[in-house]
Amino acid sequence: MARTRVPTGERRAGHGRNLTAGVLLGLGTVAFIDEAVFHQLLHWHHFYDRASTEVGLVSDGLFHAFSWFATVAALFMAAGLHRERALWPAAFAAGWLTGAGFFQLYDGIVQHKLLRLHQIRYDVEILPYDVVWNVIAAVLLVAGIALWAATRRRAARTSDASAAT
Amino acid sequence: MDAAPQAATAGVLALSTGEWALVVALLAAVCAYAAAAVHLRRGGTAAPWPRRRTALWTCGWLCAGAALAGPLADRAHHDFAWHMAGHVLLGMLAPLLLVLAAPVTLMLRTLPVRWARPLGRVLASAPMGVLTHPVTAAVLDIGGLWVLYRTGLYAAMQADALLHAAVHAHVLAAGYLFAFAVLGGPDPAPHRCAPALRAAVLVAALAGHNVLAKTLYTAPPEGVSSAQAHTGSQLMYYAGAPVEIALIALLCASWPALGAGRTPLVRAAGR
Repeated sequence: MARTRVPTGERRAGHGRNLTAGVLLGLGTVAFIDEAVFHQLLHWHHFYDRASTEVGLVSDGLFHAFSWFATVAALFMAAGLHRERALWPAAFAAGWLTGAGFFQLYDGIVQHKLLRLHQIRYDVEILPYDVVWNVIAAVLLVAGIALWAATRRRAARTSDASAAT
Repeated sequence: MDAAPQAATAGVLALSTGEWALVVALLAAVCAYAAAAVHLRRGGTAAPWPRRRTALWTCGWLCAGAALAGPLADRAHHDFAWHMAGHVLLGMLAPLLLVLAAPVTLMLRTLPVRWARPLGRVLASAPMGVLTHPVTAAVLDIGGLWVLYRTGLYAAMQADALLHAAVHAHVLAAGYLFAFAVLGGPDPAPHRCAPALRAAVLVAALAGHNVLAKTLYTAPPEGVSSAQAHTGSQLMYYAGAPVEIALIALLCASWPALGAGRTPLVRAAGR
């Protein structure tokens, strides 16, 4: 609906801004779910994890500070796009899926398995949790990249068409 | 040791001489600001001073005052958790409110020109550029906290009234400097850095603050019990978060590249 209002010539530039805002909000969403669901509701994660190394603490601290920043910045970008009538939900969703999927996969593979900073849950058979976690992440990431490619093709087509007229 | 908590429950009026002096000083700061604002409103020539800023200034000093005198300050002497409640008020919330009140702008507009001009020159000078650089401000603010809790300073401060006052003054001043450097306003900021640099420093400083909060959980400062450290460190982390998010939002609101234009938040930041 909203995309019919986008002047076609500006579609290509708007595509990048919509994607960036989506990626930032995707990262923020994953961090927010980690804090709200896994820390506060399920209590699977703890305020201080005894297994954490100093590197883990610093990496986690930077990740959380940046995720708050990303969430707020993404909302401001979305508000700006909305005001300019340039909000493109499909491109925004492509960014969101890609950002959320990428960071969940990074968390699930690099932080949990390679660096072993912390685990999803303790005192249980961890394999099913890891599989579900990373499969969800991969599905989000693949869907995001597919939608990214589709919206980019459409952006290129519409801006070529407007350049030709 | 036993008398102090009783004095705290006896009521807000049970203040020591030092605390009364502090209350008088805070009232003077609020009255001077309000008088200057009224002067501008009556003057007619310049644009009237927004009432919102007078409210921000008053709330800022109320937060600082609550942390420095009265029942909260009294409990903070004995309990690390209350100390952290005071830290969030004095080192995070009060500085942000005071920065948003734009006291330097008010001074420049109210002072006679022969005083306002040298003040402007001082603000534009090179040393002020170094002092108000986001990196300097972050090191003074967050670095100061690491020194406070990771050396014997916290224990020493509880035993020495003068040191106690000096540490609190530093926490408030460094918090003010940091909020101003990161927001680059609303007061005149001739040395303002690019928004991307300010954002990077803000993220790094928030990470430093939160990593410190997490390490205090397992490794409390000298003389602090582990139960108090658990409550205190979580208070530092979670109660500080709304102020951190407000700082991020105000910075983003003034960042043209994010598409932020004439939103109400920008007006709140005074620009």
